[in-house]
Amino acid sequence: MTRAGTLTWFAQHETRLVWRDWVWLLSGGRRRRGYTVALGLLVFFGFMHVVVYLTLLRTPVAFPPDKPLLVALGGTLLLYWSLMLSQAMEAVTRAFYARGDLELILSSSASAERLFAVRTVAMSLSVAGMSLALAAPAINVLAWLHGARWLAAYGVVSGMAMAAVAIALMLTIALFRLIGPKQTRLVAQIVAAVMGASFVIGVQIVAILTIGTMSRIVLFQSEKILSLAPNPGSLWWLPVDAVMGNPLALTVVLGCGAILLAGAVRFCAPRFGELAVAAGSVIASRHAVSQRGPRFRPKSAGQALRGKEWALLLRDPWLMSQSLMQLLYLLPPFFLLSRSFYGQGHGAGLVVPVAIMAAGQLAGGLAWLAISGEDAPDLIASAPVSTYRVWLAKAQAVAAGIGVVFGPLVGLLAIVDPVDAGTAAIGIIIASASATAIQFWFRAQVKRSLFRRRHVSSRIATFAEALCSITWASAGALATNDFRFAIVPGVMAIAFLIGAWMLSPKRVC
Amino acid sequence: MANGLHGATMTQHSSLLALEIRGLSKKFDRPAVDELDLTVRAGEFFTLLGPNGAGKTTTLRMVTGLLKPDRGSIKVFGIDVSADAIGAKQIMAWLSDEPMIYERLTPLEYLYFVAGLWGVDNKTAETRARDLIAWLGLAPYAQEHCEGLSKGMRQKVALAGALVHEPRLIILDEPFTGLDAASARLVKNVLRERVAGGCSVIMTTHILEVAERMADRIGVMSAGRLVAEGTLQELQRQAGAGHASLEDTFLALVSADTARSSIAA
Repeated sequence: MTRAGTLTWFAQHETRLVWRDWVWLLSGGRRRRGYTVALGLLVFFGFMHVVVYLTLLRTPVAFPPDKPLLVALGGTLLLYWSLMLSQAMEAVTRAFYARGDLELILSSSASAERLFAVRTVAMSLSVAGMSLALAAPAINVLAWLHGARWLAAYGVVSGMAMAAVAIALMLTIALFRLIGPKQTRLVAQIVAAVMGASFVIGVQIVAILTIGTMSRIVLFQSEKILSLAPNPGSLWWLPVDAVMGNPLALTVVLGCGAILLAGAVRFCAPRFGELAVAAGSVIASRHAVSQRGPRFRPKSAGQALRGKEWALLLRDPWLMSQSLMQLLYLLPPFFLLSRSFYGQGHGAGLVVPVAIMAAGQLAGGLAWLAISGEDAPDLIASAPVSTYRVWLAKAQAVAAGIGVVFGPLVGLLAIVDPVDAGTAAIGIIIASASATAIQFWFRAQVKRSLFRRRHVSSRIATFAEALCSITWASAGALATNDFRFAIVPGVMAIAFLIGAWMLSPKRVC
Repeated sequence: MANGLHGATMTQHSSLLALEIRGLSKKFDRPAVDELDLTVRAGEFFTLLGPNGAGKTTTLRMVTGLLKPDRGSIKVFGIDVSADAIGAKQIMAWLSDEPMIYERLTPLEYLYFVAGLWGVDNKTAETRARDLIAWLGLAPYAQEHCEGLSKGMRQKVALAGALVHEPRLIILDEPFTGLDAASARLVKNVLRERVAGGCSVIMTTHILEVAERMADRIGVMSAGRLVAEGTLQELQRQAGAGHASLEDTFLALVSADTARSSIAA
């Protein structure tokens, strides 16, 4: 038996916890459901292989790689790495701030440094695992079509994950030192989200400003970018060489990742206990508010419920940032719109689907907070207010939030193209209503602090919400050309809604 | 509105039953409440005792409209809870052992919110909220978010929320869980004063001493049924000779019922 408190003992403990967490994520506590979800994931994985195969079958892959291929692969790696860094920042913040068993371990005589080392390695594995789950179909198909050397990409992704976790750790510690534990939590979460989106958004904005389109692929293959990129053989392309099976490049990438991670652990582990305690004291500390007295003076039950929803959201910067972060993706269409505004393009129509999609997603999040994330369900249920009035007030709270966020966008669009603005407004209303309805049908009773894990409580609701948003966005995009074209995706979206209602645990209309 | 009714109507309807439960049943995997009959008089402090899983909380959740009964009727001051849930809720307050309050509202805002739900006008709400905050010793924390408050403070905020609309029937589930001695005494005093003012209180507790000292009448539940009810003296008579304290009486009543159930099974 492993001696308690050793690295191996902690590793076993963590592995058990991670494994059970995964099983729960898949099964939701029901074994049969776990098998079904696992089978579904396998089928999906297989399907993705077929899709990637069909896409790559006719795509020429030069070896040794030419400049366009290097730029395309390098861009993809950068995109992946920005996502990894974002994920790593999230994981590191959780490691410091989530209490869980931390207080038990910190109050014991066991070494917190060892626990930290094990958790850091687990973070790297998790970051690498998530990225590989996305990249594996492409890697496998490339290896099948163009040789086993492409399997080296697995090693590159692992090296990149180690580097991402190391940098995330150092960045979080730096934030602790610079702005203190109180602000670090929020800032780190925002940095994580911005990092995740920055590359995609940055590339899109560059594409809009230089070639007037949002397409990353077109930008990567554009003359401008190709002329600016380093020539083949440059050290800048080392990670790309590693992906394509160059053993020396692969060793360098893996080695750099491992050295960075080991260095970060060595530097951060002795400080872990102290920082975790500091983070804990922030959680326990009181948050004073203005001495002017409350601004929250409801005159009716509906007003009380709406006001409460807005007050709770506005006062929780973390929830606010999580809810609004997806709106970062609206930045590129805004740039496109501004170009159209100054007569430098005709991309206003592109804003319509993006806005509809974003509205659907934002409404889904807000509706979850208002409906499922109700922290005092007993109080609301025991109040002399009809269920209908409660739901209506909550739906109004969501609608107002959507109005505040998307109103200005639609207004700006109306100046450029009133018809597109009308289409966007209708689409935003329908997509938001659909997402709210889905959250209402699949409502659960959970703490609003579990917002990030809301997708786990019902995968059907998550898929239905995403599918509805996508199909309504497609309908909006097609409607900008001809309203008749929107009929097919519109009917599909309604079908998804009906399907979600039929599958919902509480059929209510 | 209940707020207006309180006081004048209390005297007028003092002969009314605050709570009347007939043939109440609720089954989850197994019966939680089984053909329960229970009455609580207006202006009475009634304590419901019972071992874990006896069905006390389930019963009270059905009374407050948080659970739907399978069978039976519940009337609160003559209002049928299933026929006029809103009317019944208007004159009731529910306080659970785990105070459900909003982390990012201040105690004062929480009270305004609850007052808004119960339709108490702004001016009255403000007066009552400030009085309650002062009375319960929450004044230093009135402008702080509830997330930083201790369990006892949160319980007091929740209690203030239960009182802000001046209910005629207050239902409390284990209100003393996690409270320190001073807070517990304060809560007891608040409840006593409410009862003295004509309010009815139904409370579950595992602290038998509290029941012994505070209750006008005590009900003992076991396996979803009411196995005994009455004043302490009446319960002692029902339990038989030799049971001096409520603890002895309670244990005797529950074990007798358990024995009867085993024989019947």
